[in-house]
Parts: sequence; C-alpha cells; structure tokens
Amino acid sequence: MSDKRNPLSFQLDVSDFLPADESEKQSLVVMRESVSFWKDGFRRLRKNKVAMVSLAVIIFIMIFAFILPAFYPYSYEQQIRGSENLGIMQYSKEELARKAAGEKVFPHFLGTDSLGRDITVRLMMGSRISLLVGLVASAIILVIGSTYGAISGYFGGKIDMIMMRIVDIIYTVPDILIIILFSVTLKYPLKDLAANVKGFAWIETVGVGLISIFIVFSLLYWVGMARIVRGQILSLKEQDYVTAAKALGASHGRIIRKHLLTNAIGPLIVTTTLQIPSAIFTESFLSFIGLGVSAPMPSLGSMASQALNGIRSYPHRLMAPAIMISIIILSFNLLGDGLRDAFDPKLKD
Amino acid sequence: MGGYIIKRVASAIVTIFAVATITFFLMFLVPGGPFLAEKAPSPQTLEALEKKYGLDQPVTVQYINYMKRLVLKLDLGTSLKKRGQEVNDIIRVRFPVSAKLGGIAVLTAVCLGIPLGSIAALNREKWLDRTIMAIATVGNAIPSFVVATVLMYVCGVVLRILPTLGLTSPAHYVLPVISLSFYPTAYIARLTRTSMLDVLGQDYMRTAKAKGLSRFKSLFKHALRNAVLPVVTYLGPLLAFIMTGNFVVERIFTIPGLGSEFISSITDRDYPLIMGTTIFLATLLIVLNVIVDIAYKIIDPRIKLK
Repeated sequence: MSDKRNPLSFQLDVSDFLPADESEKQSLVVMRESVSFWKDGFRRLRKNKVAMVSLAVIIFIMIFAFILPAFYPYSYEQQIRGSENLGIMQYSKEELARKAAGEKVFPHFLGTDSLGRDITVRLMMGSRISLLVGLVASAIILVIGSTYGAISGYFGGKIDMIMMRIVDIIYTVPDILIIILFSVTLKYPLKDLAANVKGFAWIETVGVGLISIFIVFSLLYWVGMARIVRGQILSLKEQDYVTAAKALGASHGRIIRKHLLTNAIGPLIVTTTLQIPSAIFTESFLSFIGLGVSAPMPSLGSMASQALNGIRSYPHRLMAPAIMISIIILSFNLLGDGLRDAFDPKLKD
Repeated sequence: MGGYIIKRVASAIVTIFAVATITFFLMFLVPGGPFLAEKAPSPQTLEALEKKYGLDQPVTVQYINYMKRLVLKLDLGTSLKKRGQEVNDIIRVRFPVSAKLGGIAVLTAVCLGIPLGSIAALNREKWLDRTIMAIATVGNAIPSFVVATVLMYVCGVVLRILPTLGLTSPAHYVLPVISLSFYPTAYIARLTRTSMLDVLGQDYMRTAKAKGLSRFKSLFKHALRNAVLPVVTYLGPLLAFIMTGNFVVERIFTIPGLGSEFISSITDRDYPLIMGTTIFLATLLIVLNVIVDIAYKIIDPRIKLK
C-alpha cells in the first residue's frame, strides 16, 4: 500500500486483489436479456407487416365466427316465416309493419335464403365450421404425424424402413378420392356408433359430418407431417445432447419428447399452420360437392353450392361465402409464410 | 434405371391394389347395401336384386369375385341407378370429355405459369414482379369452385360474353379452363420465380455472360432449362388437382364429363359407379405419377436413382 514502492519492483499491487465494488460489478453484467427462441421468432414476426395483418384478420374472423353468433338475434337454423328470399338489408312486410309500429327489428345484412334463414348468421356458422375443421384437423395431424415421424426417425433401421414404406404408399394414394369415399361411407357406422354404443353420444352433438371429416383428414394427411418430422429427427438425434441424455439413462420416450421434438418445434409450427388452409380448402370442396357437415348446419362450401341455383337473382348469396373462404385461406397462407420466415428461416424457398 | 422403374411400377401396383381393396370394404360399411335409397323396395324385390348382383354372398366371396372381375376382365361392374349400364361404358363415354378439358387446363397452367414466373424473376422487386406475385398469392387462396362460380356470374350472367353451359363450341371451353388452371398457374408462377432466382445466382450464369453469350441465349439455354425442373415435380400434384377441380367445374358448367357423373353418383349413392370411378381415376393418377417420376429422373440426371 505504500507509494514508495520502486516502480520496477515485481512486488504485486495488493489493491488489484480487493473485492470488486458495486459499480465494477454492474459494468460486467450483460446488458441485454438473453433472447429465447420464442422471443426471437416473435420479434421477427412482428416486423412482418403482411403476417401481422393476416393475424389480425384471422382474429377478427374468429370473433365473427365463434363469439358473434351467441349475441346475434337470429339463429342459423331459424326459418323466419314471410321473410324468404330477402335481398341485402331488406325487410319483409311483417317486419316493416313491426318497424312502423315502433318496434326495433334487427336488419338482415345479407338478406335471407329461400327458407327464410338469415344469411349473415349462416355465414358466421359456416366460417366457424371452416375454422374448426382447419384447426382441429391440423392439431390431429400434428399429433399423429409428429409421433409417427419421431418414432421412425429415432429408431431408424428396419423400423424406419417399414414405417416409411407405409408412408410412401399412403402418399401415392390419390387422397381426395379416398377422402370422398370415406365421407360417403363413414356417416353410417358413426351414426350407428352414436345411437347404439354408450359413451359415444357426443358424436351426435359434434355432428357426424364433422367427425367423419376429422377422421378422414387425420387418416391421410399426416404423412406429409411425418416425413418432415422424420427428416428433422434424423439430423437432431446425432447431436451431442442426445448422447448425453442417453448416457444419463433417459428413456427413449423422454429423449423424443424433451429433446428431439422440442428442438424441431420451428418446422412443426410452420407445417401445422400451413396445414390449416389446405384442410379448409378440402373441407370447402367436400361440402361444395354435397359431402361434409349435414344440414341444417351451414358450411361455406355448401352455401356456395346452394347459391348456384339462384345465381341470376341473388348473386350476393354466392359472393358472401366465396369471398369469406378466400379471405380465410389467404390469411392463413400469409400467416404461415410469415411464421416460416420468423421461426424457420432454413425452410424459406 | 431399370431397377428404379421396376421398383416404382411394383409399388404403384401395390397402391392400386390397396385402393381397390379399401374401396370395396368401405362400401360394405354402408348398411342395407345400395338399394336402400329414398323409397325402399319391397323385401322380395330387394332379395331378388341382391341375388342378381351377388350381394347375398359372404363378404370374402364377394371380394374375391369382385377382384377377379377387376383383374381378369377389367370389369368395374354395373351401375345401379342407370339400369343395365356398365360402369366401363359410362367411363368410356364420359372420360374423354373430362380428359380433353383437363389436358387443356394442364397445358394452360404450364404455358402461362412458367413465363409469368420467369418474367417476375427477371424483374425482381420491380412493380411487374410485385404485381405478378400479388396475383399469384391471391390465386393460391381461391378454391376452384369459387373461381368457377364467380366467373360464371360475371362473364355469363352480367356481361353475357361467354357461354356457361355445356361444351359444344371452343368458346365454351374458356371459362372452365380458366377456373381449372387458375390455381395451378399461380402455383407454377411462384415455383418458377423461386427456382429462376436461384438459377440466376449460379456461377454458370456468370460464366455464360463472361464468355459473351447473348442474354437471350443464356436465359433460354441455361436459366430456363434448369429453372423448370421443380415444375416437373409439381406435375403429379397438378394432375391430381385438375382432376378434383374437374369434379366441381364440370358440375358448375354442366359439362357431361366423368367428374359431374362422379358427383351425381355420390348424391345418388350409386355405389358401383362410385367404386368404379374411384378405382379408374386412382389408377390413372398413380400411373401418371409414375410416368412423371421416371421422366423427372431422365430429365435431371443429378437426382440419385434410389
């Protein structure tokens, strides 16, 4: 501590070894919080204007489809006598009389159909079906596809070969034909099941048509997901942390769940999101050709199909579901592209 | 190469067999068989009908009979609703109509999509590129039934410039072909743009420029040839798409093709016809896909033959 020390002395300066004070400690703290995978992805997503607008549109449509019908004065199956075939914002004579009497009558924004059902609320319910099919089918595909792909990729060898041959065969089957076939036939055994076996009555509440669509989609569409997941797992399983987990005695299930699938989460999210519009696409096609959910439940496809007969007099009946379905698919496509850019830049083409 | 072709053909045969089997057994899930339509026939008639069509035998016997007829005679059975009409005959009459329409649509999609995508890539980030890509993105979101119905309304009902029903003159083809090829054109344009951009950045393009090749020649001889390769892989899904598109487009424009026949057989619950058409179309698609795959391997020798 003395200042008299010879400047050339090798004697250590003790003050260098004093405990650091607070200000010194502060200067060493990393200023920025570490960026997690999610934060990084969402930051990139937020910068993507197109994706954010699509997300806003999707949320808006979800409110329109899931929440609004509950507060809407008409229901989708309610046939209002005397107000059949109304045009946009038209009222029937009865309703006009009630209006003249000072009563408030809720307008039919998009008119009514030939059975006197309000088209606006039917459009909401149709969008609900489309969204439900897209979301639920994608969730089922995600579960089946990722489990199958992960098992196949993780175990490799003969198991992989057999499992992938099965995938190859399903992949080459013309899916839409088989889907049509299943939709034609599945309704009967499902109805049977709901009526005769205890514990399956819920099938009727959800709707036989909807259930058969879920079954059909999950039977055929998981193969694409399985292939993608398998590819991811094949490269991930060579990583050191997997070897470490194995050395520590982790079970196969734990390694797949905790290490492999969690690290493949980016491609999983992107593939699932891009699956949604294609499921909606197929559902609308099915309901257009007269398969899919059963009447009186509307679907955008069946609404468009019914509107075809009156296209000369009531074009808006066709345009409303047509525009709706296109907007839904477009928003999910764009959101999926945005998610891909944000979470999985490698997949970008 | 030979080994690959044999493998591909063998797996195609397995798939076709699987589809035929699935089709047969799915039809068995339907209770009461195909005769239980709106008005049920009397028990005696039902019994006679079942005997006539061999529906009174056990499932396995029926399956073996069905497969025998299918494999040995290529016989798809008899339609139930159109008394006495063979499914084979229906397909023979109806399919050429659909095939012609579908073929024109495929050609249109390829001939429009590739140039559009290339133009977009060559004008990267300019207004032309942005316009083409915006249209293509929207085009990728519109189901063919929406395109068809909207076109029908706008061109047929409002403007009255094009005929909308049937397929009797060349003008009748315009709207169905546009409806069918709208989505694939958009898809091919996006695909071509991406791969074209990739190719344009390759070293051999710079070499071509450096050795003094004209821009026209370097674009057509080097860039385009490599850029269209991914489009060849899309041909399989494209054929499948055109086929399903045919179902709705034929229904909307009342075209007497196999697609509209298939849809009406679904509404009529005419099971032999549904079965026959499914197997026929599935076989067609699988065979076409094998051809596309083999062609791709021949065109692009870099692809490893598995």
